[in-house]
Amino acid sequence: MLNRKKSPAIVDAVEFHLQLKPYTKFTLDNGVEVYSLHAGAQEVLMVEMVFFAGNWYEEKNIVAATTNFMLKNGTKQKSAFAINEHFDFYGAYLNRGCQNETATLTLHTLGKHLPKLLPVMSELLTDSVFPEEELAIYKQNQKQRLTINLKKCDFVANRLIDKYLFGVDHPYGKFSSAEDYEAINREDLIYYYNKFYTHGKCIIFTAGVLPADIKEQLNNAFGSLPLNQQPLPKVVHPTITATEKKYNISNDANGVQGAIRLARPFPNRHHPDFSKVQVLNNLFGGFFGSRLMSNIREDKGYTYGIHSYLQNMIEQSAWMVSTEAGKDVFAATIAEVYKEMARLRDDKIEESELHLVRNFMMGSLLSDLDGPFQTISRWKSYILNGLDENYFHKAINTIKTVSADELQELAKKYLNEEAFFELVVV
Amino acid sequence: MVHYNRFVLDNGLRVLVHEDNSTPMAVVNVLYDVGAKDEDPAKTGFAHLFEHLMFGGSIHIPDYDEPLQRAGGENNAYTTNDLTNYYCSLPAENIETAFWLESDRMLSLAFSKKSLEVQRKVVCEEFKEHYINKPYGDLWFKMRELAFTTHPYRWMTIGKDLSHIENATIDDVKAFFHKHYNPSNAILVVAGNVTTDQVKGLSEKWFGPIPKGDKYQRNLPAEPKQTGAKMMDVTADVPLDALVKTWHIEARLEKGYYVADLITEILGGGGSSRMYQALVKEKQLFSSLDCYHFGSIDKGLLAIEGKLVKGVNLEDADKAVCEQLQKIQNDLIDDSELQKVKNKTESVIAFEDMSVMSRASSLANYELLGDANLMNTELDRYQAITSEDIKAYSKIIFDTDNSNTLYYRSKN
Repeated sequence: MLNRKKSPAIVDAVEFHLQLKPYTKFTLDNGVEVYSLHAGAQEVLMVEMVFFAGNWYEEKNIVAATTNFMLKNGTKQKSAFAINEHFDFYGAYLNRGCQNETATLTLHTLGKHLPKLLPVMSELLTDSVFPEEELAIYKQNQKQRLTINLKKCDFVANRLIDKYLFGVDHPYGKFSSAEDYEAINREDLIYYYNKFYTHGKCIIFTAGVLPADIKEQLNNAFGSLPLNQQPLPKVVHPTITATEKKYNISNDANGVQGAIRLARPFPNRHHPDFSKVQVLNNLFGGFFGSRLMSNIREDKGYTYGIHSYLQNMIEQSAWMVSTEAGKDVFAATIAEVYKEMARLRDDKIEESELHLVRNFMMGSLLSDLDGPFQTISRWKSYILNGLDENYFHKAINTIKTVSADELQELAKKYLNEEAFFELVVV
Repeated sequence: MVHYNRFVLDNGLRVLVHEDNSTPMAVVNVLYDVGAKDEDPAKTGFAHLFEHLMFGGSIHIPDYDEPLQRAGGENNAYTTNDLTNYYCSLPAENIETAFWLESDRMLSLAFSKKSLEVQRKVVCEEFKEHYINKPYGDLWFKMRELAFTTHPYRWMTIGKDLSHIENATIDDVKAFFHKHYNPSNAILVVAGNVTTDQVKGLSEKWFGPIPKGDKYQRNLPAEPKQTGAKMMDVTADVPLDALVKTWHIEARLEKGYYVADLITEILGGGGSSRMYQALVKEKQLFSSLDCYHFGSIDKGLLAIEGKLVKGVNLEDADKAVCEQLQKIQNDLIDDSELQKVKNKTESVIAFEDMSVMSRASSLANYELLGDANLMNTELDRYQAITSEDIKAYSKIIFDTDNSNTLYYRSKN
């Protein structure tokens, strides 16, 4: 007779020997480094060009993001339409993204079309012209998008909490306004493009089922571009943390929910506490079985979801708790978050709960490393953060061995109500 | 080509196995053939609320998530108008944990009152977060009611009204479970680092003893053919005017569905699509514009949805959209444009098939449609579509009598 009450035996995930599939590194003729990973079953691949062209280097608000966005909007030879048509015809996706330190141009395609696509990517990096008309459309549509987003309490809360943490002039804390879009002009973009793309610093990541001649293809397309010839400017941005800790913002008179953000500054990945706090964070609010989720969603039903996480920035991080809760329960929700912080400080975590978190994190890591794009993305994160494979092994070791006493000490050190900014936007 | 093996247990449970030993993981996907369309019109939102309750403990196991997480696994679920799908992924060594958990909740839930009470609140917060506390949040509630008079696609998966969820009782929950959650109404897909023999053994062991239950006979009212253009004009506290238009299209396995899929690509798929180029870039009537369809199993909708540039009036924008639709009805599209959207379809399929989890859910979805192997042959159906097909079906779809138009005006 089958005993359904008894769980089947499991292999502890902490017993797993996790491997990060190694990359192959090569250098193009102009010194651009390429990290490549050949793996996968489908005939697809990605090529990502990372430029040090994030908003860290801009002297005027939103220049970095606008330049990045408009890379696809016209070259000396091709209109925006012709560029889109080219990539669309081959069923390829060319996406751009602008972060704080870096900005990216990312191609996803069936491998067979790569030779048709790389030359046009290269053209975007040398021959973009940023047509006035395209810029005008972009400005108009972005301003409109902003008016819609500003009606959303979560969008407003995300902007404000970063401002309190880093200051409105810091790349991590600043945000766009209609005036910023008004103020930007074509010359700003051309200057930024020339300095940070055409003559910028670039690293390439490629993964998937790579053709045998991937190195030649990349070298032909990008190896003679004037990249990586000049040193990056050294830019320092002081963090200016707000002095006031608690904020209650009324954004929409008809709002039925409040966006809650609680956050404190936290050091970056190089700090010895970082990996250990990742474990503590998982326990606190990092997954479905976390204390915040179990208490505030699964026991009290105050919210559809509540999460805590360490922000993913290079220079400095922040520890964030984020949720949306009904107007009548958001005060109770905040009180419960603080109670959970106090519990972590006051009571040692039970071994069985810690064991569960260790297993969950290992399983989740195993699943995160499944597939070429996921693996190269982890490598990219390490490389851009100045870390190496040792970091991976150390982090795994931390998951397996960090003790309940250490976690309690970390809770005492970091999870203090008075260290957190508290924001509600309705 | 996605290889799979298929067998059926005595109790009617269909099982599909997709072996892929390049991954250390296994995925267990359980699809139940029940969606929001199977709800009582007075108790909408129930299929989705029920999905939440499936995590509130089963007859022998008080908590679903904890043992799965302990085995290194993660899970989630979603509900659509057509189906409810549960999936978990875990290290392949621990796959039996997933069989134990999934089979127990197929056998019976614990029907905990506390779970119902809490999840009612959670779903109400979900409702507020996505549909009340967001600009344009109620737009699709209105459009569905405008476009469908009869078929239960009239309401959203989240439910017609908060009160339907607030009023759900434990008896409703039990009745719903017994009607829809049994082996003959479910499809199990196991994918990843497993063997078919192993899955056979585990399926017999854990799912085999579950009573067959009564096969639910679906008998939904068909949507009558629409015979006149419909129009709704509303004003709301939003920053910009929005235009939404929909047209009825054919059911999931009909040729017209595949043609409609390509039509949405031609009109609105990406930066080189017709409507983006003409209406966002050239005429600058819209600040954003999308064209898509719902992928529904029964006859669904093709939609065009856009936010207007401030100062443009809705009637002019609507007219410009109709001009584009005239073109696709009257002029044959050229070969290279057709080739472009076919290439895109090929590429979308290849990218979708990259992850084991998405292969597993696709197999379950195609099995639900009647034949899992469609997953491997569907591209051919797209390849067979001609320029003439595009033109002919455009005429049928974009017939004015088949259209529904919503002007969503900004109060400001």
